Amino acid sequence: MENKVSKLSILTKGIIKENPVLVLLLGTCPTLATTSSAINGIGMGVSAMAVLICSNIVISLLRNIIPDKVRIPCYIVVIAGFVTVVQMLLQAFVPSLYASLGLFIPLIVVNCIILGRAEMFASKNNPFDSALDGIGMGLGFTLALGIMGLIREFLGSGTLFGVAVQTFVPGMGIFNLAPGGFFVFGILVALVNYITKGKGTKKSFGCEGCAMAAMCGGARKEKECEKGAEE
Amino acid sequence: MSIITIMMSVILVNNYVLSQFLGICPFLGVSKKLDAAAGMGFAVIFVMVLATAATWPIMQVLNNFEIGYLQTVVFILVIAALVQLVEMILKKFMPALHKSLGVYLPLITTNCAVLGVCISNIDSGYGYFTSLCNAAGAGIGFLLAMVLFAGVRGKLENEEGVPMPFRGVPLTLITAAMLSLGFMGFSGLFQ
Repeated sequence: MENKVSKLSILTKGIIKENPVLVLLLGTCPTLATTSSAINGIGMGVSAMAVLICSNIVISLLRNIIPDKVRIPCYIVVIAGFVTVVQMLLQAFVPSLYASLGLFIPLIVVNCIILGRAEMFASKNNPFDSALDGIGMGLGFTLALGIMGLIREFLGSGTLFGVAVQTFVPGMGIFNLAPGGFFVFGILVALVNYITKGKGTKKSFGCEGCAMAAMCGGARKEKECEKGAEE
Repeated sequence: MSIITIMMSVILVNNYVLSQFLGICPFLGVSKKLDAAAGMGFAVIFVMVLATAATWPIMQVLNNFEIGYLQTVVFILVIAALVQLVEMILKKFMPALHKSLGVYLPLITTNCAVLGVCISNIDSGYGYFTSLCNAAGAGIGFLLAMVLFAGVRGKLENEEGVPMPFRGVPLTLITAAMLSLGFMGFSGLFQ
C-alpha cells in the first residue's frame, strides 16, 4: 500500500502530520534531556537523523536477507553500529557538543523513533523510500527539538543560540532544569492538540510510546503489543 | 564517596527519571495504576542490577583488547540477551515471580535507563561493587518516582474541567513537571 503514496508525502509526513515527537510521542527521553539549549537540541536532532537515515537505508537493503524471527536483534546491531560511528565523529569534530550531549549519544540506540521506523517502514519499503522517510522523520525530530530548545533557552537564560536577546528580565533558570523540560513539552503537546483539535495526537502514552513496542510482538496496535507482552 | 552517599544521591538528587530524563517512556506509559507501576519498578531494579553485573566485567574485557568503542553495540546485545534468558529461567523455575514481573521484563530491554546506568557506571569509573550499588539505587529511584507518580495520576482520572487540549498527555507531562519540581528540593543534599 505504502509504495503507492507519492514520494513527496513520504518525505513531508514526518515533519508535521506524523511528527515523531509532538504527534506520535516517541523519543521522549532525548527530547526532554537535550533541549536545555537550542544548539544541544538541534545537535541531538541531527545526530539522530544521521543514524536514522543510514540505518533505514541499510535495513531496507537487508530486508529480504534478515530472517523474520531474529529481525529485531539485527536491526539493533545495525543501529548500534551507526550510533558508534556518529559518536566517534562527534567526539572528533565537535567535542563541545559531544561533552554536553554526553550519555545521550550512545542512548540514540534505544531511541524508539529509529527502531520504530526500521520495523514499520524500512523493513517493508525500498531503500530510496526508506531514505526519504528517514530524512522526513529526522527533520521532524530535529524541528521539534529545535523549537523546544529555543523556548527553553529563551525563557531560561534569555539567549538564542548563545546570543543574548533580552536582558531586561533575568532568565527563569527553572526552564533550563528538569521541571521546565516536562512543562514546555506538555505545553507544546497541548498546543498541537489545540491546532489539530485533538485529531492528530494520540490520547495517551501507549505501548507504541516505548522503545520495546517493536520487540514485544507488535509496533502495530497497542492491543497486539500488550498481547505479545503477556504471552 | 561512600556507597550510601552514592545510593542516596542517585535515589533522591539525581533521580534517573525526574532529573536525568532516563526511562521516561515507561514512567509515563505504565503509571496509570499503582500495582502496575510498582511491578514495573521492581522489574527495573532487578534488570538494572543484573545488567550492571554482566556489563561491567565485559567492559574490562573490551578495554583489555582496546576495543572500548564497541561498548554501545556489545552492551545493548548483552542486555537484550540477558533479559530474554532471565525471562525464560523465571518462567521455568519461578512461575510465581514470573507472573508478577514477567510482563514487564521484555518491555524494559531497551529501556534507556537500563543502558544508561550501565554506561554511566563505566563513565564514572566505579568499581564492581559500587557499580552494583549505583544500579540498585537508580532502580529504587525509578520505583519511587513511578509509585509517587501513579499515586498522583490516580487522583487525576476525572478530567472534567480540564481544558480540552490539555486532557491526557499534556496534563500528565505537567504533573510530571510538578513532581520533578518537588524532587529539586533535594538538590544540594549531596555533592
